[in-house]
Amino acid sequence: MHIVVCIKQVPDSAQIRVHPVTNTIMRQGVPAIVNPYDLFSLEEALRLKDKFGGKVTMLCMGPPQAEEALRKCISFGADDAVLVTDRAFAGADTLATSYALTAGVRQIAKEQAVDIVFTGKQTIDGDTAQVGPGIAKRMGLQLLTYVSRIVEVDLENRSITVERRAEGGVQVLKTSLPCLITMLENTNEMRFANLPAMIHAAAYPVRKWSKEDAGIEDLSKIGLKGSPTVVSKVFGPTPRSEKVEMLDLENSSLRDVSLNLIQKIFTRHPTLESDLLMKEMT
Amino acid sequence: MSQAPTPAAAPAKRPAGRGGRNLELSDELKAYKGVWVFIEHDRGHVHSVSWELIGEARKLADTLGCPVSAILLGGPDEPLEKFAAEAFTFGADKAYIMKDPVLKGYRNEPFTKGMTDLVNKYQPEIFLLGATSMGRDLAGSVATTLLTGLTADCTELKIDPTSKALAATRPTFGGSLYCTIMTLAYRPQMATVRPRVMLMPRADASRTGEITYDTLGMIETQVVTKMLDFIADANSNKINLPYADVIVSGGKGLKNPENFKLVFELARVLGGEVGSTRPCVQAGWVEADRQVGQTGKTVRPKLYIAAGISGAIQHRVGCEAADVIVAINTDVNAPIFEFAHYGIVGNAMQVLPALTQAFAAHLALRSRQVA
Ligand SMILES: Cc1cc2nc3c(=O)[nH]c(=O)nc-3n(C[C@H](O)[C@H](O)[C@H](O)COP(=O)(O)OP(=O)(O)OC[C@H]3O[C@@H](n4cnc5c(N)ncnc54)[C@H](O)[C@@H]3O)c2cc1C
Repeated sequence: MHIVVCIKQVPDSAQIRVHPVTNTIMRQGVPAIVNPYDLFSLEEALRLKDKFGGKVTMLCMGPPQAEEALRKCISFGADDAVLVTDRAFAGADTLATSYALTAGVRQIAKEQAVDIVFTGKQTIDGDTAQVGPGIAKRMGLQLLTYVSRIVEVDLENRSITVERRAEGGVQVLKTSLPCLITMLENTNEMRFANLPAMIHAAAYPVRKWSKEDAGIEDLSKIGLKGSPTVVSKVFGPTPRSEKVEMLDLENSSLRDVSLNLIQKIFTRHPTLESDLLMKEMT
Repeated sequence: MSQAPTPAAAPAKRPAGRGGRNLELSDELKAYKGVWVFIEHDRGHVHSVSWELIGEARKLADTLGCPVSAILLGGPDEPLEKFAAEAFTFGADKAYIMKDPVLKGYRNEPFTKGMTDLVNKYQPEIFLLGATSMGRDLAGSVATTLLTGLTADCTELKIDPTSKALAATRPTFGGSLYCTIMTLAYRPQMATVRPRVMLMPRADASRTGEITYDTLGMIETQVVTKMLDFIADANSNKINLPYADVIVSGGKGLKNPENFKLVFELARVLGGEVGSTRPCVQAGWVEADRQVGQTGKTVRPKLYIAAGISGAIQHRVGCEAADVIVAINTDVNAPIFEFAHYGIVGNAMQVLPALTQAFAAHLALRSRQVA
């Protein structure tokens, strides 16, 4: 079985701070990590490989330093890694990104046919959840998003059965291979990398493909030019003009503070109290 | 990469578009008119996010002077006309209905085909979908098939006065920044919005509209993916955070899962729901459906009580639309006090029971007075 897992290197958004005056992102010292959602897909791919044998190839579009993210995945047990990197990709939105990644998958598939493509559910910086569906549509693959469990893979009949999280329940879907899957978060736990694997990963020759290597000739489909969306403005959240009102516990009892707070809440929100009373009566 | 701006390009002064991009709408695409809303329904119920979007679409359409249309795909035995009538009461002028056995229950392939065909035939200018597991799955597929722009998880939708394009604002970098995104040279302009980000519109029972029917032109044997089963969530423990009027949320400051019962008790007295932060979910203290925030649910309660929650930006973006926010935290410098309306610096394990008691007593007294 040959599985391609697409990942992205992202800044650890929990550690990002915004400059209070210039409203720009202060990135210094913010570590770059593998998009956490992608790891649920990688782990699932590795489990399939454990079960069926075969190969897991990592694919990433990004700047040269994204090589590190791919190396990390090699240390977890992926077999091979390709970084599609070219200045021409800069500024890509999700549509242009899905085009570049699709080219990468197609090129990888020339070496060995691909059974499943995995992507993360979404990224933690862009947060769009669109790249997976985009690749699936471009490649004409069956799309399985928000998968919570892979129930069965039948390689002989080229079929796969999964559970997919939907609003209000779980869909059990059966489709044919090849397909594209995005895994839901917390559906598995990423395995640890052991020392020999880390040493292997550190020396692993990650393949770097330019746009030509990935078989892309049409510049109008990649980078800024291939992106229908245009970022017109970036700004910080407006700070709340109203200051918090603190209730002092030092000079009054817990009970008084509580009663005082309740008065304040209901005065501020005149209909809330009657809503609560209505609810209590029904 | 993605719609998140590259940090190097973050200053707002950079003019939209560069590198010889085509930012002009072609004459052919200028014919695209109207605002569409995908009406998401499943097993007889419309997801409220669809009505919230109709309300938003109405405002956009009024600015543009064009109609709002509700898009309904479903099986022959599903009450799509009833849903359309409801859409009219919320502000839609028209409904496009596609009924086909193949469209019973959501599957990506037939829905993408149906949606794409409808867009190509009727040419809407703007197309909005809920950022749900269905809406996001469908929006990404349709946008790629149509090769148009899609902006995910928007928090504000407006019409840009100069270009008349949709200006869609969304949080990026975990909510630390916002960016406004436009699709200038492509149509339709697509956007998804999470449940509860937009206000529920008021229904006007006298409003009606016109229904147009179309056919899918696909048979079951052409659809590769089969739905073998749908396992509905058990109703009894269904958590409905986005639509709760009162939410009492607990964070890591509660120290252990046992202390969460203090949160549950206050929520019960207030007839509300229990929310939480991501670390508590990851530690297995509460169910994932209780997570409020960027990677959890967006909530819009009348009252949000946050106990032992620091107020990280990823949590803030999910709860700051609450009418009243009360924070209980031992640390006077916790960021939650930057956006709470009322704050108590104190130990949640003591404050929560006192609040529970005070609320119970107050409500009991008031209901006796009312009765
Ligand atoms: C990509 C990404 C996505 C994320 N998405 C989300 C999300 O959707 N939702 C979310 O919530 N988080 C999210 N996070 C995590 C977020 O950054 C914070 O880590 C998290 O919100 C903090 O949770 P907390 O406030 O419970 O815990 P902590 O940050 O540990 O804060 C605990 C607070 O409790 C206070 N405290 C301690 N003891 C007491 C006591 N006895 N009484 C009262 N107060 C006490 C402390 O002063 C402190 O302020 C995300 C992070 C990342 C990287």
